[in-house]
Amino acid sequence: MDNREKLLEIKDLKKHFKIDRSNVLKAVDGISFDIFKGETFGLVGESGCGKSTAGRTIMRLYEATAGEVNFHGENVHAKKSKKELKQFNQRMQMIFQDPYASLNPRMTVKDIIAEGIDIHGLVNTKKERTERVNQLLETVGLNTEHGNRYPHEFSGGQRQRIGIARALAVNPDFIVADEPISALDVSIQAQVVNLLKRLQKEHGLTYLFIAHDLSMVKHISDRVGVMYLGSMAEIATSDELYAEPLHPYTQALLSAIPLADPEVERSRERIIVEGDVPSPINPPSGCRFRTRCPFATDICAQAVPEFKEHKKGHWVACHLYDEKYKDNFPAAQK
Amino acid sequence: MKKLLEVKDLSVSFDTFAGEVKAIRGVTFDLDKNETLAIVGESGSGKSVTAQSLMRLIPMPPGKFTGGSIHFEGEDLTQKSEKQMESIRGQEISMIFQDPMTSLNPTMTVGKQIAEGLIKHQNMSKKAAHDRGIELLKLVGIPNPEARIKQYPHQYSGGMRQRAMIAIALACNPKILIADEPTTALDVTIQAQILDLMRELQEKTGTAIILITHDLGVVANAASRVAVMYGGKIVETGNVDEIFYNPKHPYTWGLLGSMPKLDNEDEELQAIPGSPPDLLDPPKGCPFVTRCPYAMKVCENHMPEYTELSDTQKTACWLLDERAPKVDPPESAKVGGSKVHG
Repeated sequence: MDNREKLLEIKDLKKHFKIDRSNVLKAVDGISFDIFKGETFGLVGESGCGKSTAGRTIMRLYEATAGEVNFHGENVHAKKSKKELKQFNQRMQMIFQDPYASLNPRMTVKDIIAEGIDIHGLVNTKKERTERVNQLLETVGLNTEHGNRYPHEFSGGQRQRIGIARALAVNPDFIVADEPISALDVSIQAQVVNLLKRLQKEHGLTYLFIAHDLSMVKHISDRVGVMYLGSMAEIATSDELYAEPLHPYTQALLSAIPLADPEVERSRERIIVEGDVPSPINPPSGCRFRTRCPFATDICAQAVPEFKEHKKGHWVACHLYDEKYKDNFPAAQK
Repeated sequence: MKKLLEVKDLSVSFDTFAGEVKAIRGVTFDLDKNETLAIVGESGSGKSVTAQSLMRLIPMPPGKFTGGSIHFEGEDLTQKSEKQMESIRGQEISMIFQDPMTSLNPTMTVGKQIAEGLIKHQNMSKKAAHDRGIELLKLVGIPNPEARIKQYPHQYSGGMRQRAMIAIALACNPKILIADEPTTALDVTIQAQILDLMRELQEKTGTAIILITHDLGVVANAASRVAVMYGGKIVETGNVDEIFYNPKHPYTWGLLGSMPKLDNEDEELQAIPGSPPDLLDPPKGCPFVTRCPYAMKVCENHMPEYTELSDTQKTACWLLDERAPKVDPPESAKVGGSKVHG
């Protein structure tokens, strides 16, 4: 894994939103991770954990409050001129969650898809433009005559295909997919996920796949990061994360997914975490999960756990795995 | 023995500018005490319309019953007047909705919303209703109910709002609780809490639950019986084990196959190609015919009858006809794999 080329390097990224004079919402509060070329990095967490904000800040749809995002070795947030930004935008694209809200209802599908092509001047003649759009429509499994229609004439799954075609139009290296399948029906979700996987193979794309559906994330991702309340709790390869989750939050999250197998469901012991996610405006001191964590002790309120590599490629931010605090958890079974 | 609820051949249509949308077309099922019946299907399959018809919540017009009956404790709900329905809604049959933010009244305290039904249906005094409200909030696991009862919905978190909705729905001890995607808007850890709560409450009160969902995980977790809907019809029904371990309808196979499984790797998901039928002009035969990999000539023009596979399992598919070729379900539709079913 170490010899794989880093496409994206995120270092201590922070995004804070000012709510009013005295309150700051720390949506993303210091996360660091790398995304390797050609992989799919899944980002999971519950609503309000900052996963979408993280995705948008990486894309520079939001200006970062602090930290760095290095894309191909260049800091995304240091770029200033319009020209530089335009170049960068072409290489990084986004697929949005809501296929109803993210397509302009007054534009034809053809113009929606070609917008990026026009902006970046990727074609010279009208004929070329049409050809390129038609080719993209076919790539995502739509008919060429669909190009002249408007978004309202399409179903949710088809619209998401249009969104994917739009993202592909400018030949990006990296795509942030923010809950691309959450709004779709189960049978359609599978179609879109299969399409994304096929395109990745054909075009050598790298994905940041943001979702709350852990089983789908496991299916599509090579590595997965689990976020909780603006910070990263754990990162591992998807197989390892599901086989051996370290962070108590990851354990609870995995155990909460209902599986489509009645017998397993009947016999399963669940770790049910109590209560709700605290407010990110005034998060708990120390470890942010401590208010709901079954293992929490005093130390969790006092010290913020470091995000450390516990095993090769498996990172976790929890005092349970810190030698220093071994004596603080006499009862913990791990 | 009469069942608590018997729905027979129920059909509901909507008049729209484009024509008549036949949302459900001949739906038959029943429900007994202590049971949880899950109705699964995609958007537009008619599952929510079915649920709303039971409560007579479909606005008429544009909606209309075009056939069938809903017998609740022996009486046909389709024949009741609006006035008579008012004494059934909330009292005998109640409902919890998908989005707890939009289905609670933002201008009323939670306590008042719980008391509403108690005062109307059970002639409780305000004081008694308030006390019962506190009891109910405690029952659904809301901490500090004495203070919480005076608060407004916006002061609650998503999970707590759903708990409050359940408290409102259960206030008058209904015989049937209809839960329309009760956990879809919630996070998984909260979803697990709410599903546990519903199970616990059912054990205590014996309420029959109709659970409308598209999440097969939730079905496996919570249901005792399942009805799979597609294109306005129930294509397969059975107890939860039969549906998961011995499904016979290709659509059920498709649904099970398109779910990613946590324990197997790198397999392509078995997507169901195409999209659901247009209910303005539903197919003459089986609604699944255009997406079914096993479709035959007969499927196009003739709706298959139900084949009874056991006392509980019924499937409407021509493949089960003795003249049809024998087809085995695809690997992807197999759940668990530890058990062999005949």
